[in-house]
Amino acid sequence: MTALELAQKLKGKFGDVLAEPVEFRGEITLKLADAGRIVEVCSFAKSELGFDFLVDITSLDNYGDDPRWTIVYHLYGIGHRCHVRLKTDVSEEGSEISTVTGVWRTADWHEREIYDMMGIRFRGHPDLRRILMWEGYPYFPLRKDFPLAGKPTDLPEVAFTRPAPLEGGPFVTVAGGKDTIAREPRVRIPEN
Amino acid sequence: MEKPLASGPAELFARIDDYSVANTAAALSEGIVLTTLDNAVNWARKNSIWPMTFGLACCAIELMAAGASRFDIARFGSEVMRFSPRQSDVMIVAGTVTYKMALAVKRIYDQMAEPKWVIAMGACASTGGMYRSYSVLQGVDHILPVDVYVAGCPPRPEALLDALIKLQNKVAKEPVLSTQKTVPA
Repeated sequence: MTALELAQKLKGKFGDVLAEPVEFRGEITLKLADAGRIVEVCSFAKSELGFDFLVDITSLDNYGDDPRWTIVYHLYGIGHRCHVRLKTDVSEEGSEISTVTGVWRTADWHEREIYDMMGIRFRGHPDLRRILMWEGYPYFPLRKDFPLAGKPTDLPEVAFTRPAPLEGGPFVTVAGGKDTIAREPRVRIPEN
Repeated sequence: MEKPLASGPAELFARIDDYSVANTAAALSEGIVLTTLDNAVNWARKNSIWPMTFGLACCAIELMAAGASRFDIARFGSEVMRFSPRQSDVMIVAGTVTYKMALAVKRIYDQMAEPKWVIAMGACASTGGMYRSYSVLQGVDHILPVDVYVAGCPPRPEALLDALIKLQNKVAKEPVLSTQKTVPA
């Protein structure tokens, strides 16, 4: 069975909230309209469609758009060797979605990473602590409105952070330049 | 020396002292050398600086090379890599110190017994290196008193050995009863 057929099956079961599967370069993406039903969809994908391996969960910051967050689930089945990508939007007000640790236990650390970097909370998560930054750090550094150099923080007797000296940076590269000179990392102040 | 046995160490040392000052040439031939306490203790200290390895990134690979046969850190008495802060003298911070790891680095340093020294190995440990980022401590000297900085990304083992020799020279000159070092505010 191909990934597209599996995606069609998922769509057949949750037709009211799932959009048509989109194929791009051989990869299948499904958009889930109602983030509240993510656990239901994931359990079905695992138990009925054989997606027994959660490769990763990632998150996007659509800064300036509403809803602000997109959470992306990368599913894989070791038995049928098919990948499917499942996307769902979460609004900034709640910044909360149900955990899928009950479906795949590996979701534990993926969700902790998203919480640490983006500040999206996972309802029902067994151990929602930071995973990369230190406990007590007040910011979510992968958000678009967070500067690369960081912000100063001070937790006396525990930890501190200082903004890193960027010396005129950040030096960023822009994809799609005609030659290497155009693609070279340079100072590019984001227009805002 | 046709004298009765000394009554205790104090008298014995005083007697050796008097004797060797009076007969310098003879004292040497009898194997008696005069020195200061600082010199004697520092001579022992500087030739057995045991490292607390703190390998955090690629610098740790060069640190391992420095310990292996080709570069052989044992030539300088530092081959005893201790993975316990209680038994080590120098902390070699080899690699990128993130803010999260900085908590552990500081804690391990605090657990080391005095006297203790720190080598910041490589660009990251010295200044943050190329990681101008929210997550990386911009130089381990923000939290520890660093004795020797080693440039390089990563430094070659020779550079680390050079740092070790520099540290030995520094140790040789330190007063034995020097007070605890702190990070200047």
